[in-house]
Amino acid sequence: MGELVVDKHVKYILSVEKRKDSFESVVLEHLRMNGAYWGLATLDILGKLDALDSNEVIEWIMKCQHESGGFAGNIGHDPHMLYTLSAVQVLALFDKLNVLDADKVANYISGLQNEDGSFSGDEWGEVDSRFSYLAICCLSILHRLDKINVEKAVNYIASCKNVDGGFGCTPGGESHAGQIFCCLGALAITGSLHHVDKDLLGWWLCERQVKSGGLNGRPEKLPDVCYSWWVLSSLIMIDRVHWINKDKLVKFILNCQDTENGGISDRPEDAVDVYHTYFGVAGLSLLEYPGLKAIDPAHALPVDVVNRIFFQK
Amino acid sequence: MDAEEHKLRLSQDPEWADVTPIPQDDGPNPVVPIDYKPDFIETMGYFRAVYKANEFSPRALQLTHQAILLNPGNYTVWHFRRLILDALGIDLNEELNFMSGISESNPKNYQIWHHRRWIAEKLGTDAASKELEFTRRMLSLDAKNYHAWSHRQWVLQALGGWENELDYCHQLLEKDVFNNSAWNQRYFVVTRSPFLGGLEATRESEVKYTIETILGNPGNESPWRYLRGLYKNDPKSWISDPQVSSVCLKVLSAEANHVFALSTLLDLLSHGFQANQEFRDAVDSLRPSNSDPADSDIAKTICSILRHVDPMRVNYWTWRKSKLPSSVSV
Repeated sequence: MGELVVDKHVKYILSVEKRKDSFESVVLEHLRMNGAYWGLATLDILGKLDALDSNEVIEWIMKCQHESGGFAGNIGHDPHMLYTLSAVQVLALFDKLNVLDADKVANYISGLQNEDGSFSGDEWGEVDSRFSYLAICCLSILHRLDKINVEKAVNYIASCKNVDGGFGCTPGGESHAGQIFCCLGALAITGSLHHVDKDLLGWWLCERQVKSGGLNGRPEKLPDVCYSWWVLSSLIMIDRVHWINKDKLVKFILNCQDTENGGISDRPEDAVDVYHTYFGVAGLSLLEYPGLKAIDPAHALPVDVVNRIFFQK
Repeated sequence: MDAEEHKLRLSQDPEWADVTPIPQDDGPNPVVPIDYKPDFIETMGYFRAVYKANEFSPRALQLTHQAILLNPGNYTVWHFRRLILDALGIDLNEELNFMSGISESNPKNYQIWHHRRWIAEKLGTDAASKELEFTRRMLSLDAKNYHAWSHRQWVLQALGGWENELDYCHQLLEKDVFNNSAWNQRYFVVTRSPFLGGLEATRESEVKYTIETILGNPGNESPWRYLRGLYKNDPKSWISDPQVSSVCLKVLSAEANHVFALSTLLDLLSHGFQANQEFRDAVDSLRPSNSDPADSDIAKTICSILRHVDPMRVNYWTWRKSKLPSSVSV
């Protein structure tokens, strides 16, 4: 087990970017924008973002933008909130937010806010607290939070709070670490964490750590590396990360590596993918594993990128 | 659509002779087709053509069917299919049958669940029982499928059908008492069903139900949380209900996983519960022999015990101990 095989992971990510002819990559082509974020954010955390030609990526990203201002998962697809945030995040990584017409993107997002403060993912109307996070995070990066009704947005998120202190996808929905991350991220960005019972939720979150040291997303479920991000970033946002056993979690994540071919999987011995590679590396960064860039839990971007966005003008 | 009808390749099908397929454009580095199946490239090529041309026809509908079977995650195909369904006024009950066919092999696909909701919304209350039956079937395959639960909650609130829901939760808990989703649904029902009278009206029967469950499996996290939730905004009733404190005592006096009983007792004490000698004895008997010296404060003793029996969360229990009032209440 031992250590993080950085070079192997870099190689793995670069190979995924290039392997556009594989069946797997073709089947996932509609969410390539998410894949770009996972891969590039990982490279940046590992200090290797310059391994790619940013101009090529940026050119492709802009081709994914629609008239409405929203971004699609790939060329030839419809826009969606999911890909709009990833697009903006990738541009932020490259310090190229200036290629955007921020108002245009902001209009797309604000147009998706509903009467009750919730957000739809796209024109087809699916509502989920995830979309509240995507909207708020994206607008925050673009300095356009004033384009939405923040108070209503916050009230909707608060209505998704459950009696165990957690949050679900919609009011009454089961508390789930992924949904909790989204709600906390949105509340943190809008300065509304007072809606959270931090002690109660902190306890629920630290109860996600199972015997193997890994984290699950709900009671009695299996651990998965992606929860190293959802649970950990949530705990950090409410200042309770010391309630989990960090060493055991680090060991769990490292055990999920494919030390030969690079990449990280959901749990030890399973097949790797870019999604889990990102969450494993990001989780290790939150755990202050040496040699990794610090990452901001709310915006899910390296701290130096976030500083650039908010403190340089 | 079966294999027979699909044998004729689109490029050889006279029905498609007027259409030129559009290849995938990934930007500067075009896709080099080497490994993937020919029907995939071909179907998607024709799909891009009808998508670009905004063709809302029966053949386009059939094409989206093929594209979905090849890649049900492609959300753009689903969008386009909805546009066609609307334009052609297709019978949505037929569409539900198509959905049910592909759901079992794609149980966590967001597009499928959303498409289904879109249809059910259009069909209205008539669709309620069909949707409840469908989610029941999906949950029989994976009783914790978050999408299925989310859909089911939406159906109940938008289309109705609450009458048997509490019983359904019970059935699921009989199969797996650790199913947190079923516990969450139970809470959803007792707090939101228009037929049960709300939380306070159902509290007594729910407390009984929960306590029985706890005694069967004291290490089960969900019912302990559920029990606390039954007293949501009324901690006074929670600490004064003898059933609550006595279940803690029962578990502590037995050979069982004591963690949740201890933490619940700790919470009760923090809210003003007064522990008698029986409780003190039960807690004291759980002190590991090499632990910190005996503390006259039962709450502090509980925290010390928890640090030993739940070492993963030692920092949490240490913090809980530090938060206890320093003045001892006997």
